Amino acid sequence: MKNLRSRSVQTAILFLVVTGILVLALSGYFSPVTNIFGGSLIGLQTWVSTRYLAITDFLTVPRDVAALRQQNAGYVAEIARLQAQVIELQNKVAQTDTLAALVDFSRSNPTNSYKAAAVIGRDSSPFLKYVIINRGSNDGIRQGMPVVTNQGLVGRVDAVISGASRVQLITDPSSLVSVFLQNSEADAIMKGSVSGELALEMLSQDAKVQAGDVVLTSGLGGEYPPDLLIGQVGNIRKRESDLFQEATVQPVVDFSRLEIVLVIVNFRPIDISPLVPDQSP
Amino acid sequence: MIKYLLAFPILALVVIIQTAIAARMQLLSGSADLMLVVLAAWALQEEVETSWHWAVLGGLMIGLVSGAPIAATMLGYLSVVGLARLVLRRVWELPILAMFLVTFIGTLLFQTITYVALVASGSSIPVDEGFSLVVLPSVLLNLLIALPVSVVMRDLALWMYPMEEVK
Repeated sequence: MKNLRSRSVQTAILFLVVTGILVLALSGYFSPVTNIFGGSLIGLQTWVSTRYLAITDFLTVPRDVAALRQQNAGYVAEIARLQAQVIELQNKVAQTDTLAALVDFSRSNPTNSYKAAAVIGRDSSPFLKYVIINRGSNDGIRQGMPVVTNQGLVGRVDAVISGASRVQLITDPSSLVSVFLQNSEADAIMKGSVSGELALEMLSQDAKVQAGDVVLTSGLGGEYPPDLLIGQVGNIRKRESDLFQEATVQPVVDFSRLEIVLVIVNFRPIDISPLVPDQSP
Repeated sequence: MIKYLLAFPILALVVIIQTAIAARMQLLSGSADLMLVVLAAWALQEEVETSWHWAVLGGLMIGLVSGAPIAATMLGYLSVVGLARLVLRRVWELPILAMFLVTFIGTLLFQTITYVALVASGSSIPVDEGFSLVVLPSVLLNLLIALPVSVVMRDLALWMYPMEEVK
Protein backbone atom coordinates (compact mmCIF):
# COMPACT_ATOMS: atom_id res chain seq x y z
CA MET A 1 0.00 0.00 0.00
CA LYS A 2 2.90 2.21 0.96
CA ASN A 3 4.67 1.32 -2.35
CA LEU A 4 1.59 2.13 -4.33
CA ARG A 5 1.35 5.55 -2.72
CA SER A 6 5.03 6.35 -3.26
CA ARG A 7 4.78 5.31 -6.98
CA SER A 8 1.78 7.61 -7.45
CA VAL A 9 3.74 10.41 -5.85
CA GLN A 10 6.71 9.75 -8.18
CA THR A 11 4.41 9.77 -11.24
CA ALA A 12 2.81 12.98 -10.10
CA ILE A 13 6.19 14.62 -9.53
CA LEU A 14 7.44 13.43 -12.95
CA PHE A 15 4.29 14.74 -14.60
CA LEU A 16 4.70 18.10 -12.86
CA VAL A 17 8.38 18.34 -13.84
CA VAL A 18 7.62 17.50 -17.51
CA THR A 19 4.69 19.90 -17.56
CA GLY A 20 6.89 22.56 -16.00
CA ILE A 21 9.63 22.05 -18.55
CA LEU A 22 7.09 22.20 -21.40
CA VAL A 23 5.55 25.36 -19.96
CA LEU A 24 8.99 26.93 -19.58
CA ALA A 25 9.98 25.85 -23.12
CA LEU A 26 6.77 27.15 -24.64
CA SER A 27 7.20 30.36 -22.70
CA GLY A 28 10.59 30.90 -24.39
CA TYR A 29 12.76 30.48 -21.30
CA PHE A 30 14.77 27.70 -22.96
CA SER A 31 15.50 29.64 -26.19
CA PRO A 32 19.23 30.18 -25.58
CA VAL A 33 19.69 26.51 -24.81
CA THR A 34 17.67 25.34 -27.81
CA ASN A 35 19.48 27.80 -30.05
CA ILE A 36 22.84 26.35 -29.09
CA PHE A 37 21.74 22.74 -29.51
CA GLY A 38 19.56 23.48 -32.54
CA GLY A 39 22.36 25.33 -34.30
CA SER A 40 24.75 22.49 -33.74
CA LEU A 41 22.25 19.97 -34.97
CA ILE A 42 21.47 21.97 -38.06
CA GLY A 43 25.17 22.34 -38.79
CA LEU A 44 25.64 18.64 -38.43
CA GLN A 45 22.58 17.96 -40.55
CA THR A 46 23.88 20.27 -43.26
CA TRP A 47 27.30 18.64 -43.22
CA VAL A 48 25.85 15.15 -43.46
CA SER A 49 23.39 16.18 -46.14
CA THR A 50 26.07 17.88 -48.20
CA ARG A 51 28.38 14.90 -47.98
CA TYR A 52 25.55 12.55 -48.85
CA LEU A 53 24.63 14.58 -51.90
CA ALA A 54 28.28 14.78 -52.93
CA ILE A 55 28.64 11.02 -52.67
CA THR A 56 25.35 10.51 -54.50
CA ASP A 57 26.50 12.86 -57.27
CA PHE A 58 29.83 11.09 -57.48
CA LEU A 59 28.10 7.77 -57.89
CA THR A 60 25.45 8.96 -60.35
CA VAL A 61 27.50 11.39 -62.57
CA PRO A 62 28.98 8.72 -64.87
CA ARG A 63 25.50 7.52 -65.61
CA ASP A 64 24.47 11.08 -66.47
CA VAL A 65 27.50 11.58 -68.76
CA ALA A 66 26.61 8.47 -70.67
CA ALA A 67 23.05 9.69 -70.98
CA LEU A 68 24.26 13.13 -72.08
CA ARG A 69 26.62 11.62 -74.59
CA GLN A 70 23.80 9.57 -76.04
CA GLN A 71 21.60 12.65 -76.12
CA ASN A 72 24.39 14.67 -77.74
CA ALA A 73 24.93 12.01 -80.40
CA GLY A 74 21.22 12.19 -81.12
CA TYR A 75 21.41 15.97 -81.48
CA VAL A 76 24.50 15.73 -83.74
CA ALA A 77 22.72 13.24 -85.99
CA GLU A 78 19.67 15.49 -86.07
CA ILE A 79 21.80 18.54 -86.95
CA ALA A 80 23.52 16.58 -89.74
CA ARG A 81 20.15 15.50 -91.10
CA LEU A 82 18.82 19.05 -90.96
CA GLN A 83 21.98 20.44 -92.60
CA ALA A 84 21.62 17.93 -95.43
CA GLN A 85 17.99 18.96 -95.77
CA VAL A 86 18.98 22.65 -95.84
CA ILE A 87 21.56 22.00 -98.59
CA GLU A 88 19.03 20.01 -100.58
CA LEU A 89 16.45 22.77 -100.24
CA GLN A 90 19.01 25.46 -101.12
CA ASN A 91 19.85 23.51 -104.29
CA LYS A 92 16.17 23.27 -105.14
CA VAL A 93 15.71 26.98 -104.54
CA ALA A 94 18.72 27.80 -106.74
CA GLN A 95 17.43 25.49 -109.46
CA THR A 96 13.95 27.00 -109.22
CA ASP A 97 15.42 30.51 -109.41
CA THR A 98 17.40 29.55 -112.51
CA LEU A 99 14.36 27.99 -114.17
CA ALA A 100 12.20 30.99 -113.24
CA ALA A 101 14.81 33.34 -114.75
CA LEU A 102 14.91 31.23 -117.91
CA VAL A 103 11.10 31.26 -118.16
CA ASP A 104 11.14 35.05 -117.72
CA PHE A 105 13.80 35.32 -120.39
CA SER A 106 11.87 33.19 -122.89
CA ARG A 107 8.70 35.20 -122.18
CA SER A 108 10.54 38.45 -122.77
CA ASN A 109 11.86 37.13 -126.11
CA PRO A 110 8.74 35.62 -127.65
CA THR A 111 10.17 35.64 -131.18
CA ASN A 112 12.46 32.75 -130.33
CA SER A 113 11.54 29.18 -129.42
CA TYR A 114 13.64 27.65 -126.71
CA LYS A 115 14.48 24.19 -125.51
CA ALA A 116 15.93 23.99 -122.00
CA ALA A 117 18.83 21.62 -121.40
CA ALA A 118 21.08 20.72 -118.50
CA VAL A 119 24.86 20.86 -118.80
CA ILE A 120 26.04 17.33 -118.03
CA GLY A 121 29.72 17.53 -118.85
CA ARG A 122 32.68 19.41 -120.24
CA ASP A 123 35.17 18.58 -122.94
CA SER A 124 37.97 16.35 -121.73
CA SER A 125 40.59 18.40 -123.58
CA PRO A 126 41.58 21.49 -121.60
CA PHE A 127 42.48 23.27 -124.85
CA LEU A 128 38.82 23.33 -125.81
CA LYS A 129 35.81 25.08 -124.28
CA TYR A 130 32.89 22.82 -125.01
CA VAL A 131 30.05 21.58 -122.83
CA ILE A 132 27.78 18.60 -123.26
CA ILE A 133 24.01 19.09 -122.82
CA ASN A 134 21.33 16.46 -122.29
CA ARG A 135 19.22 17.31 -125.35
CA GLY A 136 19.85 15.96 -128.82
CA SER A 137 18.26 15.38 -132.20
CA ASN A 138 15.31 13.61 -130.57
CA ASP A 139 14.45 16.95 -128.96
CA GLY A 140 14.76 18.91 -132.18
CA ILE A 141 18.29 20.14 -131.60
CA ARG A 142 20.34 20.66 -134.74
CA GLN A 143 23.92 21.62 -135.43
CA GLY A 144 24.57 25.36 -135.40
CA MET A 145 21.67 26.35 -133.15
CA PRO A 146 22.58 29.18 -130.74
CA VAL A 147 22.66 28.46 -127.03
CA VAL A 148 21.88 31.11 -124.42
CA THR A 149 21.03 31.57 -120.77
CA ASN A 150 18.78 34.21 -119.29
CA GLN A 151 21.92 36.35 -118.99
CA GLY A 152 23.25 36.14 -122.50
CA LEU A 153 24.94 34.18 -125.27
CA VAL A 154 26.68 30.92 -124.38
CA GLY A 155 27.69 29.43 -127.73
CA ARG A 156 26.29 27.21 -130.44
CA VAL A 157 25.61 23.54 -130.99
CA ASP A 158 28.63 21.89 -132.54
CA ALA A 159 27.65 18.23 -132.72
CA VAL A 160 24.43 16.32 -132.07
CA ILE A 161 23.52 12.74 -131.27
CA SER A 162 20.06 11.43 -130.44
CA GLY A 163 20.10 12.21 -126.73
CA ALA A 164 22.86 14.77 -126.25
CA SER A 165 24.69 17.61 -127.94
CA ARG A 166 28.08 19.24 -127.74
CA VAL A 167 28.07 23.02 -127.49
CA GLN A 168 31.03 25.17 -128.46
CA LEU A 169 31.26 28.06 -125.99
CA ILE A 170 32.05 31.55 -127.24
CA THR A 171 35.18 31.36 -125.06
CA ASP A 172 36.63 28.50 -127.15
CA PRO A 173 39.87 29.49 -128.93
CA SER A 174 38.38 28.68 -132.35
CA SER A 175 35.11 30.53 -131.72
CA LEU A 176 34.48 33.69 -133.76
CA VAL A 177 31.36 35.81 -133.26
CA SER A 178 30.35 38.89 -135.21
CA VAL A 179 29.45 41.51 -132.62
CA PHE A 180 28.03 44.98 -132.47
CA LEU A 181 28.98 47.56 -129.85
CA GLN A 182 25.72 49.20 -128.91
CA ASN A 183 26.99 52.56 -127.63
CA SER A 184 29.69 53.20 -130.20
CA GLU A 185 27.72 51.52 -133.03
CA ALA A 186 30.81 49.67 -134.24
CA ASP A 187 31.14 46.15 -135.61
CA ALA A 188 33.89 43.78 -134.58
CA ILE A 189 34.84 40.12 -134.37
CA MET A 190 34.93 38.54 -130.93
CA LYS A 191 37.38 35.71 -130.38
CA GLY A 192 37.79 33.23 -127.53
CA SER A 193 41.04 32.03 -126.01
CA VAL A 194 42.59 29.19 -124.04
CA SER A 195 42.32 31.22 -120.85
CA GLY A 196 38.60 31.78 -121.45
CA GLU A 197 39.02 35.51 -122.06
CA LEU A 198 37.12 37.21 -124.88
CA ALA A 199 38.84 39.67 -127.17
CA LEU A 200 37.54 42.06 -129.82
CA GLU A 201 39.37 42.12 -133.15
CA MET A 202 38.82 44.00 -136.40
CA LEU A 203 37.55 46.95 -134.40
CA SER A 204 37.90 50.11 -136.46
CA GLN A 205 40.30 52.80 -135.28
CA ASP A 206 37.56 55.37 -135.91
CA ALA A 207 35.14 53.75 -133.48
CA LYS A 208 34.80 55.65 -130.21
CA VAL A 209 34.82 52.67 -127.91
CA GLN A 210 34.59 53.09 -124.17
CA ALA A 211 34.90 50.66 -121.32
CA GLY A 212 31.45 49.46 -120.34
CA ASP A 213 30.02 49.52 -123.87
CA VAL A 214 27.45 46.78 -124.31
CA VAL A 215 28.46 43.99 -126.70
CA LEU A 216 25.69 42.27 -128.69
CA THR A 217 25.64 39.78 -131.55
CA SER A 218 25.37 41.59 -134.87
CA GLY A 219 23.85 38.73 -136.84
CA LEU A 220 26.43 39.21 -139.60
CA GLY A 221 27.65 35.96 -141.05
CA GLY A 222 24.38 34.23 -140.27
CA GLU A 223 25.71 32.08 -137.45
CA TYR A 224 23.90 33.85 -134.61
CA PRO A 225 20.69 35.84 -134.44
CA PRO A 226 21.23 39.57 -133.85
CA ASP A 227 20.96 41.43 -130.52
CA LEU A 228 21.89 38.63 -128.15
CA LEU A 229 23.68 40.09 -125.15
CA ILE A 230 27.30 38.98 -124.69
CA GLY A 231 28.86 41.36 -122.19
CA GLN A 232 30.62 44.67 -121.77
CA VAL A 233 33.84 46.10 -123.13
CA GLY A 234 36.67 45.90 -120.62
CA ASN A 235 40.18 47.13 -121.39
CA ILE A 236 40.81 48.91 -124.68
CA ARG A 237 44.14 49.06 -126.50
CA LYS A 238 44.37 51.69 -129.19
CA ARG A 239 47.68 52.38 -130.93
CA GLU A 240 48.06 54.62 -133.93
CA SER A 241 50.46 52.20 -135.56
CA ASP A 242 47.87 49.39 -135.58
CA LEU A 243 45.22 48.90 -138.21
CA PHE A 244 42.55 48.07 -135.64
CA GLN A 245 41.79 48.69 -132.00
CA GLU A 246 41.77 45.79 -129.59
CA ALA A 247 39.58 45.32 -126.55
CA THR A 248 38.62 42.69 -124.03
CA VAL A 249 35.04 41.71 -123.27
CA GLN A 250 33.69 40.90 -119.84
CA PRO A 251 30.99 38.29 -120.50
CA VAL A 252 27.71 38.43 -118.59
CA VAL A 253 27.54 34.64 -118.45
CA ASP A 254 29.59 32.85 -115.82
CA PHE A 255 30.94 30.01 -117.93
CA SER A 256 32.41 28.17 -114.97
CA ARG A 257 28.97 27.69 -113.42
CA LEU A 258 26.81 26.73 -116.39
CA GLU A 259 24.04 24.40 -115.24
CA ILE A 260 20.96 25.01 -117.38
CA VAL A 261 20.94 26.55 -120.86
CA LEU A 262 18.38 27.34 -123.55
CA VAL A 263 18.81 26.26 -127.15
CA ILE A 264 17.13 28.56 -129.68
CA VAL A 265 15.48 25.89 -131.80
CA ASN A 266 13.80 28.12 -134.38
CA PHE A 267 17.09 29.62 -135.59
CA ARG A 268 19.01 27.90 -138.35
CA PRO A 269 22.46 29.23 -139.22
CA ILE A 270 22.94 30.39 -142.77
CA ASP A 271 25.92 29.06 -144.67
CA ILE A 272 27.29 32.04 -146.58
CA SER A 273 30.52 30.35 -147.67
CA PRO A 274 29.32 29.98 -151.32
CA LEU A 275 28.86 33.77 -151.39
CA VAL A 276 32.39 34.49 -150.18
CA PRO A 277 34.63 35.16 -153.19
CA ASP A 278 37.41 32.67 -153.73
CA GLN A 279 40.68 34.39 -152.91
CA SER A 280 43.01 31.69 -154.19
CA PRO A 281 45.19 32.73 -157.13
CA MET B 1 36.93 -12.84 -123.74
CA ILE B 2 35.61 -11.24 -120.58
CA LYS B 3 38.94 -9.46 -120.19
CA TYR B 4 38.28 -7.64 -123.45
CA LEU B 5 34.60 -7.00 -122.79
CA LEU B 6 35.28 -5.58 -119.35
CA ALA B 7 37.03 -2.62 -120.98
CA PHE B 8 33.69 -1.27 -122.24
CA PRO B 9 32.00 -0.60 -118.88
CA ILE B 10 35.22 0.47 -117.17
CA LEU B 11 36.24 2.94 -119.87
CA ALA B 12 32.67 4.20 -120.22
CA LEU B 13 32.72 4.93 -116.49
CA VAL B 14 36.05 6.69 -116.91
CA VAL B 15 34.62 8.86 -119.71
CA ILE B 16 31.63 9.78 -117.53
CA ILE B 17 33.84 10.71 -114.57
CA GLN B 18 36.22 12.54 -116.88
CA THR B 19 33.58 14.75 -118.52
CA ALA B 20 31.28 15.19 -115.55
CA ILE B 21 33.79 15.71 -112.74
CA ALA B 22 37.48 15.81 -113.72
CA ALA B 23 37.02 18.33 -116.55
CA ARG B 24 35.19 20.70 -114.19
CA MET B 25 38.03 20.76 -111.68
CA GLN B 26 40.40 23.16 -113.37
CA LEU B 27 43.74 24.57 -112.39
CA LEU B 28 44.24 27.74 -114.45
CA SER B 29 42.93 26.34 -117.75
CA GLY B 30 44.28 22.84 -117.30
CA SER B 31 42.41 19.80 -116.08
CA ALA B 32 43.23 16.22 -115.18
CA ASP B 33 42.99 13.59 -117.90
CA LEU B 34 41.65 10.58 -116.06
CA MET B 35 41.57 8.44 -119.20
CA LEU B 36 45.27 9.05 -119.84
CA VAL B 37 46.24 8.16 -116.28
CA VAL B 38 44.01 5.05 -116.29
CA LEU B 39 45.49 3.82 -119.57
CA ALA B 40 49.04 4.50 -118.35
CA ALA B 41 48.43 2.67 -115.06
CA TRP B 42 46.81 -0.24 -116.88
CA ALA B 43 49.65 -0.55 -119.38
CA LEU B 44 52.19 -0.58 -116.55
CA GLN B 45 50.69 -3.75 -115.06
CA GLU B 46 53.02 -6.57 -116.04
CA GLU B 47 50.37 -9.27 -116.46
CA VAL B 48 47.98 -7.14 -118.54
CA GLU B 49 47.75 -8.09 -122.22
CA THR B 50 44.91 -5.82 -123.29
CA SER B 51 46.47 -2.38 -122.86
CA TRP B 52 46.54 -1.62 -126.61
CA HIS B 53 42.88 -2.53 -126.97
CA TRP B 54 42.07 -0.30 -124.03
CA ALA B 55 43.99 2.57 -125.66
CA VAL B 56 42.05 2.23 -128.92
CA LEU B 57 38.71 1.97 -127.13
CA GLY B 58 39.51 4.84 -124.75
CA GLY B 59 40.71 7.04 -127.61
CA LEU B 60 37.56 6.25 -129.56
CA MET B 61 35.27 7.03 -126.63
CA ILE B 62 36.98 10.31 -125.72
CA GLY B 63 37.26 11.24 -129.40
CA LEU B 64 33.52 10.88 -129.82
CA VAL B 65 32.76 13.07 -126.82
CA SER B 66 35.49 15.66 -127.29
CA GLY B 67 35.75 18.42 -129.83
CA ALA B 68 39.36 17.50 -130.48
CA PRO B 69 40.12 15.53 -133.68
CA ILE B 70 39.51 11.84 -132.99
CA ALA B 71 42.74 10.82 -134.74
CA ALA B 72 44.73 13.03 -132.38
CA THR B 73 43.04 11.57 -129.33
CA MET B 74 43.61 8.02 -130.53
CA LEU B 75 47.22 8.69 -131.46
CA GLY B 76 47.81 10.44 -128.12
CA TYR B 77 46.53 7.54 -126.02
CA LEU B 78 48.34 4.96 -128.14
CA SER B 79 51.56 6.93 -127.61
CA VAL B 80 51.02 6.96 -123.84
CA VAL B 81 50.43 3.20 -123.79
CA GLY B 82 53.47 2.66 -126.03
CA LEU B 83 55.57 4.71 -123.64
CA ALA B 84 54.27 2.74 -120.66
CA ARG B 85 55.03 -0.61 -122.30
CA LEU B 86 58.50 0.64 -123.20
CA VAL B 87 59.18 1.63 -119.60
CA LEU B 88 57.77 -1.69 -118.41
CA ARG B 89 59.98 -3.66 -120.80
CA ARG B 90 63.01 -2.04 -119.23
CA VAL B 91 62.12 -4.00 -116.11
CA TRP B 92 61.55 -1.00 -113.95
CA GLU B 93 62.00 -1.93 -110.32
CA LEU B 94 60.01 0.96 -108.89
CA PRO B 95 56.46 0.86 -110.25
CA ILE B 96 55.47 4.13 -108.54
CA LEU B 97 58.34 6.00 -110.16
CA ALA B 98 57.47 4.36 -113.48
CA MET B 99 53.88 5.56 -113.07
CA PHE B 100 54.97 9.13 -112.35
CA LEU B 101 57.43 9.09 -115.25
CA VAL B 102 54.87 7.78 -117.73
CA THR B 103 52.23 10.24 -116.47
CA PHE B 104 54.63 13.17 -116.78
CA ILE B 105 56.05 12.39 -120.21
CA GLY B 106 52.76 10.91 -121.43
CA THR B 107 50.81 14.08 -120.57
CA LEU B 108 53.36 16.27 -122.33
CA LEU B 109 53.22 13.96 -125.35
CA PHE B 110 49.43 13.78 -125.43
CA GLN B 111 48.95 17.54 -125.03
CA THR B 112 51.54 18.24 -127.71
CA ILE B 113 49.75 15.93 -130.15
CA THR B 114 46.40 17.57 -129.32
CA TYR B 115 47.89 21.05 -129.68
CA VAL B 116 49.42 20.30 -133.08
CA ALA B 117 46.15 18.76 -134.28
CA LEU B 118 44.11 21.76 -133.11
CA VAL B 119 46.47 24.28 -134.67
CA ALA B 120 46.47 22.26 -137.88
CA SER B 121 42.67 22.33 -137.91
CA GLY B 122 42.56 26.12 -137.63
CA SER B 123 42.63 27.03 -133.94
CA SER B 124 45.02 29.81 -133.07
CA ILE B 125 46.43 29.00 -129.66
CA PRO B 126 49.65 30.80 -128.69
CA VAL B 127 52.34 28.32 -127.68
CA ASP B 128 53.26 30.13 -124.45
CA GLU B 129 49.62 30.38 -123.35
CA GLY B 130 48.98 26.76 -124.22
CA PHE B 131 52.03 25.61 -122.30
CA SER B 132 51.67 27.74 -119.18
CA LEU B 133 47.87 27.72 -118.85
CA VAL B 134 47.02 24.23 -120.09
CA VAL B 135 49.92 21.82 -120.35
CA LEU B 136 51.76 22.49 -117.09
CA PRO B 137 48.64 22.60 -114.86
CA SER B 138 47.37 19.43 -116.57
CA VAL B 139 50.68 17.68 -115.89
CA LEU B 140 50.45 18.65 -112.23
CA LEU B 141 46.84 17.48 -111.89
CA ASN B 142 47.60 14.20 -113.66
CA LEU B 143 50.53 13.59 -111.31
CA LEU B 144 48.22 14.23 -108.36
CA ILE B 145 45.77 11.54 -109.41
CA ALA B 146 48.45 9.13 -110.68
CA LEU B 147 49.02 7.37 -107.37
CA PRO B 148 45.39 6.57 -106.40
CA VAL B 149 44.57 5.55 -109.97
CA SER B 150 47.63 3.31 -110.03
CA VAL B 151 46.50 1.55 -106.85
CA VAL B 152 42.99 0.99 -108.22
CA MET B 153 44.29 -0.33 -111.53
CA ARG B 154 46.72 -2.64 -109.70
CA ASP B 155 43.79 -4.12 -107.76
CA LEU B 156 41.80 -4.47 -110.97
CA ALA B 157 44.72 -6.22 -112.67
CA LEU B 158 45.09 -8.64 -109.74
CA TRP B 159 41.37 -9.37 -109.91
CA MET B 160 41.36 -9.91 -113.68
CA TYR B 161 44.66 -11.79 -113.78
CA PRO B 162 44.93 -13.89 -110.62
CA MET B 163 48.44 -14.72 -109.42
CA GLU B 164 48.46 -18.29 -110.72
CA GLU B 165 48.18 -16.98 -114.26
CA VAL B 166 51.16 -14.70 -113.82
CA LYS B 167 54.26 -16.16 -115.37
